[in-house]
Amino acid sequence: MTTSSELNMPEIAMAEKEAGKWGMVIDQDICTGCQACVAACAMENNIAFVGEEDSGYGRAMHWIRIERFWEGEYPEVKMTNQQPMMCQQCGSAPCEPVCPAFATVHSMAESLNLQVYNRCVGTRYCANNCPYQVRAFNWRDYKRPEPLPNQLNPDVTVRRVGVMEKCTFCIQRIFKAQDQAKAEGREVMDGEFTTACAQACPASAIVFGRVDDPQSLVSQLKERSGGKTHLKELGTLPNVTYFNGG
Amino acid sequence: MANAKQKAEAHHDHHGHGEEHFRQKHLMLDPLPRGRMNEMVMESMLEKPTWKFWVVAGFLSFIVVYFLFYKWGVLIANGQGEAGVMRPDYWGIFLVNTVFWIGISHAGTFISAILRVFRAEFRRPFTRAAELMTTFGLVQAGFSIFMHLGRVWLAYWLMPYPNQRMLWPNLHSPLTWDLLAITTYLLSSTMYLFLPLIPDMAMARDRSTGWRKTFYKTLALGFRGTEGEWAHLRNAMNIFAFAIIPVMFSVHTIVSWDFAAAMRPGWHSTIFGPYFIVGALHSGMGAAVLVLAVIRGTMKHMDYFIRAEHFDAIGKLMLIISMAWAYFFFNDYMVQWYGGDMWTKIMLHYHEYGPLNWMWFGMLFCNVVLPWAILWNPKWRSTPWLVGFVGIAINIGMWFERYIIVPISVTINRMPFTWRQYEPGIEVPMGIGTVALFILLYMIASKLIPLIPVWEVQEGQMAHELKKFGRETVVSVSELE
Repeated sequence: MTTSSELNMPEIAMAEKEAGKWGMVIDQDICTGCQACVAACAMENNIAFVGEEDSGYGRAMHWIRIERFWEGEYPEVKMTNQQPMMCQQCGSAPCEPVCPAFATVHSMAESLNLQVYNRCVGTRYCANNCPYQVRAFNWRDYKRPEPLPNQLNPDVTVRRVGVMEKCTFCIQRIFKAQDQAKAEGREVMDGEFTTACAQACPASAIVFGRVDDPQSLVSQLKERSGGKTHLKELGTLPNVTYFNGG
Repeated sequence: MANAKQKAEAHHDHHGHGEEHFRQKHLMLDPLPRGRMNEMVMESMLEKPTWKFWVVAGFLSFIVVYFLFYKWGVLIANGQGEAGVMRPDYWGIFLVNTVFWIGISHAGTFISAILRVFRAEFRRPFTRAAELMTTFGLVQAGFSIFMHLGRVWLAYWLMPYPNQRMLWPNLHSPLTWDLLAITTYLLSSTMYLFLPLIPDMAMARDRSTGWRKTFYKTLALGFRGTEGEWAHLRNAMNIFAFAIIPVMFSVHTIVSWDFAAAMRPGWHSTIFGPYFIVGALHSGMGAAVLVLAVIRGTMKHMDYFIRAEHFDAIGKLMLIISMAWAYFFFNDYMVQWYGGDMWTKIMLHYHEYGPLNWMWFGMLFCNVVLPWAILWNPKWRSTPWLVGFVGIAINIGMWFERYIIVPISVTINRMPFTWRQYEPGIEVPMGIGTVALFILLYMIASKLIPLIPVWEVQEGQMAHELKKFGRETVVSVSELE
């Protein structure tokens, strides 16, 4: 298959070259599907507690989910590897151009897809156009049962009803580390911080870091053979690389 | 015996065209004095509403207040969770209704602008009824799209208004194009409704008293019917009739781009633009014929203005549009299926074998089978209630089509883990509320403005003439402009 840069499409080639400051590598072979990343993400990012009923109706609000699949027909069913799925922080994101209010914008400095909560009017076009279906909408103003309000993260906005949200690669942690490094007059070091999901993963199946630094752990892991990005054929240039069955 | 009589009648139809026969059949050849016609339209408008009118109006008002406004309040207070939308069906019936109402609104422009430009004489008595549908339909479309917004109180952010932070709407987004197109369409179709209304307003002003006099006087803009005023009006209407046609085409094309520009299996279709336009005309003509059947059945003197010939003419149009729709549907389906994309295949399979496949077959039955089976026959398509019935069926079929395109198609995406069936919630009563508001607005309008453009009918009657050549009576139409 020819890649987009071989096809000589300047915009995509440029995006491909520039894509990725922060990236993630997920090793599905060692993921146990324990959902620790899901819980950690919810705690870190003040994700609303949706409750049983709405959750059962497909409104579970998580920025990361563990997808389970199986192969074969019952009773010869074989579980496949678990597949953690979150915002792929696309270099050429389908969610971005469709928002009429500029609430989904691209951060040129961090190469991330941003969601501007207070600009969102709730057309939900971005979620519709996301091929990974990783955006979560605030269908209601969900109440946080006690004592959950006491553990809200002060670094993260609490979203209200009618607003779209999604994984940010824990941008508050990125900024905190960058501020710290700047105060000390140095660059952010690899492994100095990580996202909540990567931190919580007991198997270290999730590794986060700078993909534009060839020395970083995430870059080295990414360079191994067998890594793939999801729905590559759509040209979204995702920044999350998966290893499965290798 | 009966057969012989029928044959004789058929023979009569072909050859012995008597003058009486023409007059009975064609409004344009059956002129009444100007004063009498004005009187008839005024009477139909001023006729004291019967108790049935009040009961229907009261019932509709209740539905509008409770289902549309109260439920909308509930929706705003509690969030979109009241509706059935969820992942992956982020768009639900509100979007279906938006597309549906914009579709309905297309018939008005089609009938009055395209038929005016092509000088189809049968259009004359019902251009206004169709134009009113455009404006009232767009009101419902506007309501539906605002119901859909998660934070509707911030809807003005979609408008390019000057602000200190220099924040503008995103012109890359099809929704922004949509908003601009629909706003343009609403404004221009309202003006286009108003222009031909001016002479009728002046007519009504001269024949009414009290608050009505003030009302018509204001809207007539001091029209007196001088040669200069008519010339200006004709010019303006000519410009509008031509200019509104591309607006009409662009609106539904852009509505289709909301889907076609998105990156989803089943939506990413290049033929969606014309397919949606034809679909819009299909449902719009169905609604127009239904409105005409109701007006004719319920209002005084309307059987003079709206005759079998009109249902016959619209019936023919409906048949052609139904064929065009079938062509586009087949084309869209064929090419997508032949493309062999895995996700598209699964989606098409879900249409035909999924839990809602009755809707898919119902759509084909209502949009193709039923119109073709009924409208080919001149006698059947000249029967108002039967054509009205086909109109209802087509509208149900077209609503199904939009339902299949929006919530059924988005169930299938490229992440099978998220697949889930949509179950509508508060959208249903609110959708019924928009239907009720549409009918209610129409009922109010029928009591406030002349539904028949009297001057256009008179103009047409003046241009038409019956001439005798030997034993044959021939219709001649003189050039008006």
